[in-house]
Amino acid sequence: MPHQDQDTSLRHRLGRTLRTPIGVTALTACLLVVLVAVFGPVLLGDQAARIDTDAINRGSSAAHLLGTDQLGRDIAARVVVATRLTLRLTLLAAVIGVGGGLLLGVAPAVVGRRLGRLITATVGVLVAFPGLLFLLFLATIFGVGSTGAVFAVGLAMVPPMARLVQNLTASIAGSDYVAAARILGVGRFKLVVRHLLPNIAEPSVLFATQAAGGILVAFSGLSFLGLGVQPPEYDWGRLLNEQLNRIYVNPVAALAPGAAVVLTGLMFGLVGEVLAQAGGRRAPQAREATPQQVKPQDETAPDGDGGALVRARDLRVTFPGGRRAVRGISLSIGVGEAVGLVGESGSGKSLTALALADLVPHPGRVCAGTLRFDGHDLRADPRLGTELAMVFQDPMASLNPALRVGRQLAEVAEVHLGATRAQATARAVDRLGAVRIPLPERRARQRPHEYSGGMRQRAVIAMGLMGEPKLIVADEPTTALDVAVQQQVLDLLAEVRADSGAALLLISHDLAVVAQVCERVLVMYGGLIVEDLPVAQLVGGAAHPYTRALVGAVPTMATDPGTELATIPGRPPEPGEAGAGCPFAPRCERARKRCHDDAPELAGFGPGQRVACWYPVDAETAVAPAQAASHGAEATS
Amino acid sequence: MSSLELRGITVRYGRFTAVDNVDLLVPEGTVTGLVGGSGSGKSTLGKAVVGLAPMQSGRVLVAGSDAGRRRGRSPVQLVFQNPYASLDPRMTIGASVAEALPREAASCETPARKAPARERRSACDAEVARYLELVGIDPARAVLAPDALSGGQRQRVALARALAARPAVLIADEITSALDVSVQGAVLNLLRRLQRELGFAMLFISHNLAVVRYLSDQVAVMDDGHLVECGPTERVLERPEHPTTRNLISCVPTLALAEEAS
Repeated sequence: MPHQDQDTSLRHRLGRTLRTPIGVTALTACLLVVLVAVFGPVLLGDQAARIDTDAINRGSSAAHLLGTDQLGRDIAARVVVATRLTLRLTLLAAVIGVGGGLLLGVAPAVVGRRLGRLITATVGVLVAFPGLLFLLFLATIFGVGSTGAVFAVGLAMVPPMARLVQNLTASIAGSDYVAAARILGVGRFKLVVRHLLPNIAEPSVLFATQAAGGILVAFSGLSFLGLGVQPPEYDWGRLLNEQLNRIYVNPVAALAPGAAVVLTGLMFGLVGEVLAQAGGRRAPQAREATPQQVKPQDETAPDGDGGALVRARDLRVTFPGGRRAVRGISLSIGVGEAVGLVGESGSGKSLTALALADLVPHPGRVCAGTLRFDGHDLRADPRLGTELAMVFQDPMASLNPALRVGRQLAEVAEVHLGATRAQATARAVDRLGAVRIPLPERRARQRPHEYSGGMRQRAVIAMGLMGEPKLIVADEPTTALDVAVQQQVLDLLAEVRADSGAALLLISHDLAVVAQVCERVLVMYGGLIVEDLPVAQLVGGAAHPYTRALVGAVPTMATDPGTELATIPGRPPEPGEAGAGCPFAPRCERARKRCHDDAPELAGFGPGQRVACWYPVDAETAVAPAQAASHGAEATS
Repeated sequence: MSSLELRGITVRYGRFTAVDNVDLLVPEGTVTGLVGGSGSGKSTLGKAVVGLAPMQSGRVLVAGSDAGRRRGRSPVQLVFQNPYASLDPRMTIGASVAEALPREAASCETPARKAPARERRSACDAEVARYLELVGIDPARAVLAPDALSGGQRQRVALARALAARPAVLIADEITSALDVSVQGAVLNLLRRLQRELGFAMLFISHNLAVVRYLSDQVAVMDDGHLVECGPTERVLERPEHPTTRNLISCVPTLALAEEAS
């Protein structure tokens, strides 16, 4: 679903994540650290600096919680006071690191090709350099002291940050909207500020926060080694350095600054985690009430199938959030029949097909009164692999790019039919030949990228033919192909059907494609089947105003260029917003009050035709559709 | 308004020649449909014209003057195929359209010396509203992110953005192939009306011959990087001379089959 609710915006998700235990902890920790950094030196500065020669190297006592150091200064106060300097230096180094990383990371996308390559290569070399070594190398160059350490630690963070930003930017820079901005003559700086940075912000911020934790540890390490902060200034690393030699005398004095480093580092990690949860798809979902399962009606009469290969009654597909993508449809497909399923995007046509194959993606739930395939209850016993073949829109997504095509096909026979490897390979070659792939033996040894788009789709169809499919479900099989190849694939589907006697469920938004291959057409709208008609009736005989409008909207080679194309005003309903009436009523010029109040059921209209409409086209002259005559029509509430 | 003339355009990717020495003239104020199978180079040609594909040789002339290698705002604007990818998800649609406005027209960006910021802002908003209105989007929705819009609406916004740049020539690259049939009609009607009102020359790239026939005055056919046929729409579609054209025409699936069956 391309639609994303405004409610799930970053701010909203951040708010939700902050209310989780991890969010609360991160927020509290942040507040605490900031308060300590701001008020610590103000309140305890004097105490931390007061030299008391009477109390040198004391242990923990009531007056000095963590004891005193070699000059008699209170260590607890010094740990608190050191927070400000430690944080300031850490953040300063992080700013250098993030700034440098962003600069080097974004640059290749906006500077010339040669300079860009040079930058990329340089960053690559620096990333390969061990981080700690790089840090010590820089620290030696910049010399001992806070400033040197800040630069050393900050610059050491630049290469990994730059690498991340480069990768993120490269994908954004290749996008259409950046191309559009380039055509519009948007300058480099604006391109970066408006288009590149906002779109890489989330992962970059996440990386920066987690890197800040690393910087804290690295900085403390430098100070501990004596390369960082120099007396009389002190940070946690320095305190650790001063107290470590007394760890057996007064362990808490050495452990306290260490603990401060670890806890603050953890805080950075937590903040990163919160941002990751809010920015990523892992944001905690609002709890859902489980939709009540429709009681499987006890249908003990398999002969109720009436010769149908597939029979579904009251099929529903729901998603969390109350989105009902398929809202209780009933359909049957006869043995060897070719049925087309048409509708706009979001009408639920693909999910209907996926429900038949038990392939509805995760949060979706399928329930049905009846869902039978070839005499089996699909709800209890999904039939895939051999009896039901699926062909999807993008053949490249159905084929494993790393495997030879022949091998992939053979796998089907090995797994599902128990064939030996040799048998399976022979069958794969045979099937590739059956879908008219020239030189099938040679082609079987090739990988998918060596195939053209049309040939890949043939290979996917061949994969479906490895078994003896009784039903081929083809979901927009030709949408990604050009007209000439589309024609070949459609011809192939017709041939395959004639040869194998398999039934076909062809899903397409293109009425012409369906008209060419199918015998019967099901028209879906807003998650419901609104019309079921023989393909011959599609032009001229359609009874539902929606079907009529859909047919009228297709420009053909006979459309008069002097007239406006027919359109359907308004937009289809979102899966969550179906009201009580006919889903098409808001866009229907024939709609009356009844259409807005009550949903019509799919009812017999003419020979082989059913329509869900209170006032079907031509109904003025025809007899009003008898509701009782509806067979297999379910309540559409 | 002005014509678009392509002379000897060649685009190579490594050793692969995507577009080979194509000459094409889109006369002033008319629509040329560019058709061909996938991989025929029709989209690459469109990208080369606006500088998004590396042009090995050839010249792009807009109103007779060289426009191919100029920096800055191109006099040729392109509307992309996929409306879900062509709008910045982090910018409101109003900001996307505003970005396209020429500086001198409504200086949203460069500080004009006299006009106070508020005035400039409102002049800019008014222009954005005008273009959104032009493509049938309620100007009140300018503050929305593209996420909140359907595919057809996004394509309208992309069209508004291209038009806001006051292009001399518009290239439409498969702009309806990602849309539903019912939406396609509305977008095509709009495009045709705007083309006639504003009078820009248009290169309409599509694999759908029925759509091309509906919009174009002239049809050009590409195959394997070459321009194989070009002529008035009626002539090319009714009396095709090149086998590629004949093949394309014979492959158009039609609803007529259903009529015959009945």
